[in-house]
Amino acid sequence: MNARKRRRLYFALALLVAGAGGAGLVVYALQDNVLYFYSPSDIARKHIRQGVAFRIGGLVEKNSVRHEKGAAIGFVITDGANRVPVHYEGVLPALFREGQGVVAMGSLDGRGTFEANEILAKHDERYMPPDVVAALKRSGRWKEHR
Amino acid sequence: MTGELGQLALCLALALAIVQAGAGFLGLRSAAMMRVASGAATGGFVFVALAFGALVYGFVTSDFSIVDVADNSHTLKPLLYKITGVWGNHEGSMLLWVLVLSIYSAAIALFQRGGERLSSAALGVQGLLSIAFLLFILLTSNPFLRLDPMPFEGAGLNPLLQDPGLAFHPPTLYTGYVGLSATFAYAAAALITGDVDRAWARASRPFVLIAWIALTLGIAGGSWWAYYDLGWGGFWFWDPVENASLMPWLVATALLHSALATERTGAFRTWTLLLSIMAFSLSLIGTFLVRSGVIVSVHAFASDPQRGEFILLILSAAILGALGLFAWRAPKLESGAAFAPASRETALLINNILLVSALAVVFIGTIYPILLAAFGVRLSVGGPYFNAFFGPLFVALMIVLPFGPRLAWRSGDIKVALRQLLPAFAAAVVAAAIVLVAVTPRTLVGAGIFAVGAWVIAASAVDAVLRLRARTLGVASSASILAHAGLGVALMGIAATSLWRIESLQVLVPGESMTIGGYDLRFDGVHTVFGPNYRADHADLDMMSDGRVAGHLAPERRMYPVEGQETVQTAIRTNGFEDLYVALGDDRGQGRWTVRAYVNPLAPFIWFGAALMALGGAAALAARLRARFWARAPAPAMEQA
Repeated sequence: MNARKRRRLYFALALLVAGAGGAGLVVYALQDNVLYFYSPSDIARKHIRQGVAFRIGGLVEKNSVRHEKGAAIGFVITDGANRVPVHYEGVLPALFREGQGVVAMGSLDGRGTFEANEILAKHDERYMPPDVVAALKRSGRWKEHR
Repeated sequence: MTGELGQLALCLALALAIVQAGAGFLGLRSAAMMRVASGAATGGFVFVALAFGALVYGFVTSDFSIVDVADNSHTLKPLLYKITGVWGNHEGSMLLWVLVLSIYSAAIALFQRGGERLSSAALGVQGLLSIAFLLFILLTSNPFLRLDPMPFEGAGLNPLLQDPGLAFHPPTLYTGYVGLSATFAYAAAALITGDVDRAWARASRPFVLIAWIALTLGIAGGSWWAYYDLGWGGFWFWDPVENASLMPWLVATALLHSALATERTGAFRTWTLLLSIMAFSLSLIGTFLVRSGVIVSVHAFASDPQRGEFILLILSAAILGALGLFAWRAPKLESGAAFAPASRETALLINNILLVSALAVVFIGTIYPILLAAFGVRLSVGGPYFNAFFGPLFVALMIVLPFGPRLAWRSGDIKVALRQLLPAFAAAVVAAAIVLVAVTPRTLVGAGIFAVGAWVIAASAVDAVLRLRARTLGVASSASILAHAGLGVALMGIAATSLWRIESLQVLVPGESMTIGGYDLRFDGVHTVFGPNYRADHADLDMMSDGRVAGHLAPERRMYPVEGQETVQTAIRTNGFEDLYVALGDDRGQGRWTVRAYVNPLAPFIWFGAALMALGGAAALAARLRARFWARAPAPAMEQA
């Protein structure tokens, strides 16, 4: 093996080690930074620790929206089978309505209330977030007439 | 009638694309075939343009017998949005895609950069791409399908898209995305002819530049659009769609730099080839992500699985074909010229390693949720992941960056470079000190980032001064100075807005005031106004200063009855250094409204920096054009642009 080839080999090995190390780090960081999506039934089934961030999706239950002090608001997300109370302080997306699909980001507090820090706005009236559709289908409340 | 003409034009364009591909590859042996391929490319452009014109005509005249028009337009829509609405839907946007592709084919045919054989093979590759995408349009996404009976009125356009941004954002982004097809075609052509040399790098350079400039403008424009239109005060959300445009940009940036070395000294030949292939592959992956409906956003118009599969097929064929060609031919290439550890080549190598690492980070974060979705696990990757990796990689990139222009090709003198950069280092220290002393909340990260930004900007200034003294500052050499300074400026804007933004959310009754970041805003109530196709809740806020009105802000929430959707119109007041950003929230009854306000420090720097970067690219391009068309001008092609 001449010097040139050896140098190349070292270079390739260094690249491989760096690449593997980098990939390991990235995957490790991914584990901590992914947001899982749960439906109210998932939450009833699993024991999600308080403070762990995730997304929740379902329908805004009819007659559940309450305006509280300041900009705070409370409502209930349901998938027909289970329900989760939500507390949120902020601007609601344009199409936030009772009976409509919604996706919220946040975490559970000690009393089982979902403390939302973002209500996702990127959907319109004709469109239902696929995550919500899947959650409704699993709870058997999905109607195909939409 | 125009619908049928458009359809016919598309079929003829397909026939010409087949001729272009066949004749292009045969043109390697015969000059006559090369001329046939050139003619076919020009003709193909004419017919695609005709088809596009026919669709525009259909939208402008509200011809609802065309399904695409009926689904996406409305007579009440303002003319601007009737025209831009042409690409505000899946079918039309794919037609725009193919139109841009055919423009690049025609440009290759017209300029024949790199000689007849290379251009001929490049036309062949472009022809194959045209065939694939024209078939895609004709078979799965035909914009000219008829509707019978014809409806009296159309369904309207997504109100989020009824914005002047739609006139600018998609065409620029496509000019960038698809511009990379030309560099891809030239790379494949060079592999076919075996002429992977400096002439090839020179031939494809203008296309890399155009694509890069357009991508820079397209991404910055899109982020500006999101900033003022979504009402969340943010400019970048690490949304898969944003990532889809960022990935080709990262590779195009790497390519821009590695091709410089290839052109100048012949170094990094195989790497430049690989980057050319990767850049366009990522454009295709971006098109797939955005157009197939695997991800959910305002960009994903339709989610017909058949379409996704078709694009996936094109994507795999193009990538595997090009990589196969690469694997077969690349080992036979000579390795490039040697260079010393302290040289511009080394700096460019580090640039490329960091950019490709950043690409890997974005790629993994974007693809991971999509792959897991196939196994029924639904999750999304949040901003913290991207920031944790992307941020440090870019900071590292910018620490190394100033050394590049200061080191000579092949072998440079690191001591001289360090001495020359001493003023830039001083500027970095001063910037860090200022941030630590004067800005609250105090953050070490902020001070560090501002030091890096100042370091890059000051290094550009050093570069300019040294060149002025040596009387070598020209259009070509100002390219890197402008682009690098722009990166520094944008970084400062991004950091300041992310670290020091002030946010306030209040429920206000008319007459009530809110204070935010030294601004005093008096809420004067909400009234209803009517636009051409919407009804809006229009809020009036006065910016008070010493009891007098110093400015007026009028955010709106618009309701589009045709589409049954609402949009937010923010009100932004800027002084060039910070934005006061106000969005109207929801009605809380009895005249009370929620109002969300932000003060975004240095937010304008983000787009100003991006504009500087694009200007740098334009300077490099201008130097090229001057060298070509005014041959007696000093040859800037040999300069660093």
